[in-house]
Amino acid sequence: MSAPLLEVRDLRTEFRTRAGALRAVDGVSFSVGQGEIVGLVGESGSGKSVTGFSILGLIEPPGRIAAGSIRLEGRELVGLSHRALRGVRGRRVAMVFQDPAATLNPLLTIGRQMRLALSAHQALGAEAARARCLAALRQVGIPDPEARLDSYPHQFSGGMRQRVCIAIALINEPRLIVCDEPTTALDVSIQAQILSEMRKLVRETGVSLIWISHDLAVVSALADRVMVMYAGRIVERGPTRETLRAPRHPYTAGLLASLPAAIPPGAPLSQIAGSPPSLIDAPPGCAFAPRCPRAAEPCRAEPPWSEDGARAARCHFPLEAGAP
Amino acid sequence: MIAFVLQRLWQAVIVMLAISLLVFVGVFAIGNPIDVVLSPDATQQIREETIRAYGFDQPLWRQYLAFLDRLAHGDFGRSFLFNMPVLQLIGSRLPATLELTLTAVIGATVIGVPLGMYAGYRPDGALSKIIMAISVLGFSVPTFWIGLVLIFTFAVTLGWLPAGGRGETARAFGVDWSCLTLGGWRHLILPAINLALFKFAMMVRLARAGTRELMLSDTVKFARAAGESEGVILRRHVLRLISIPIVTVFGLEFGSTLAFAVVTETIFSWPGVGKLIIDSISSLDRPVMVAYLMLVACLFIAINLLVDLAQAALDPRLRGARA
Repeated sequence: MSAPLLEVRDLRTEFRTRAGALRAVDGVSFSVGQGEIVGLVGESGSGKSVTGFSILGLIEPPGRIAAGSIRLEGRELVGLSHRALRGVRGRRVAMVFQDPAATLNPLLTIGRQMRLALSAHQALGAEAARARCLAALRQVGIPDPEARLDSYPHQFSGGMRQRVCIAIALINEPRLIVCDEPTTALDVSIQAQILSEMRKLVRETGVSLIWISHDLAVVSALADRVMVMYAGRIVERGPTRETLRAPRHPYTAGLLASLPAAIPPGAPLSQIAGSPPSLIDAPPGCAFAPRCPRAAEPCRAEPPWSEDGARAARCHFPLEAGAP
Repeated sequence: MIAFVLQRLWQAVIVMLAISLLVFVGVFAIGNPIDVVLSPDATQQIREETIRAYGFDQPLWRQYLAFLDRLAHGDFGRSFLFNMPVLQLIGSRLPATLELTLTAVIGATVIGVPLGMYAGYRPDGALSKIIMAISVLGFSVPTFWIGLVLIFTFAVTLGWLPAGGRGETARAFGVDWSCLTLGGWRHLILPAINLALFKFAMMVRLARAGTRELMLSDTVKFARAAGESEGVILRRHVLRLISIPIVTVFGLEFGSTLAFAVVTETIFSWPGVGKLIIDSISSLDRPVMVAYLMLVACLFIAINLLVDLAQAALDPRLRGARA
């Protein structure tokens, strides 16, 4: 594989709070290849959305990217001016959000909103702009796009609204789309349609996706590779199938065990004891140790990456293949 | 849409009928106007004749029906005090209040909304702090005091602007307007500022609160993620979204200012309807009071209808299942 499309190195994003600096993202490194779908999994507050916003340079004060590097197509994004970042957003990397009803402007037709996004980067004539909007709507599988251009968001169903959001994200033909829980607010059946639509999109256009989700089922259906985040760090990464079938990190194993489908009907649901740690003044060592059934003395020290081919887990006592 | 307007007009007729009854009974309860009409040394005979001529000897419900009957013919009666038709009297005063109120409310909105948006966009900026300080002043300092300070500063001390009156007027649509002449504007500007200050403060607060909330919304984040510039985001998304509450407040403020601009009108000797109604109350000029209150109710109904129509124009969700 040639140079990856996106390369994130030691990214650290902090938020200034009264109690001290909150490290929402703490030394995250990963890369995304051309046409690849990477799943980013974790609980609320694990830093997965902040990672996404960091890539787009959308961290607002009191937050800031404190350290690290984000290279997109070989170009460093950290430290770019507002103006330069604006040229990247939407054009090279776009983002789709969780709730399409809150994302779209309820007062503007979707055609108008698409043209606003389009004109942020390209000065096209009315005809060309219209053709581009129609093409984007067709790409995401909206039937009869000519008739829908002058419709308002409330005239669409939830699933169609999210397709419109994806079409707006696609309109300037970005190379990477950060999808922040885009199917969480949708019915399961609509979810499946969108997932298959996204796979088709990646196949046809070669766009890459970072798919942020807490839903392991969605990620396993979609992503080529998966990264599991806990307390601002990536604790495990690897190809989706192998990683989710035989996790190495106890946290990933705990997440999988708490899925209702993993438990026989009627049996009590398993859950991970305790709650995530505070991200302010986190003690050294493994952040998961206080909740980990396998924790021991060495876990007070920074866990090393134990690598195994394409797979890696950040744990002193990784689970062996086949272990529970 | 037409059905909606017709329905609202029908409702308006019912409301106006109810208002007319309330106003008529209320004004009737205030006191006997016969003493205003007649000089104290009138003979008993003249007194009784006058009472009969005005219909004051009839029971209340008869007087009310006669009043409705006259209304239906477009006759609001004659002012006891000015001895001229009430409609003509109010018609001669209303344009003065109308131009003063419109100038104040539009000015407050056109200046207050952008400043409020700026204060919401940069809540920690120095300019934002100044804007908010002025708005606190506008809220908390009483109108009459500001009016006196304005007169003292700009009319008495500096001598730049006149202290009162309407100045020159020009005729349009059969009535006199100050806002059509330069001299008229010089007279209009101080009372308009006086009247506008409170509304300005409110528009600033409203725009600031809306902008602050929207800057954190997914709509703005999504627009930013698409690479739209801050100017486009503020103009096309934020301004548009905050305009809905602003239109509502604009309508309410316009109505209440039109009806109750009396403090400013008194201080600046502005010959508007506010002064007229106070004079008519103190002299028990019943027809003027009744007609004025009816007119105010009518204005509120019209303004509310216009606000509803404006909101439907702004918000597609209110236009119903049209598509």
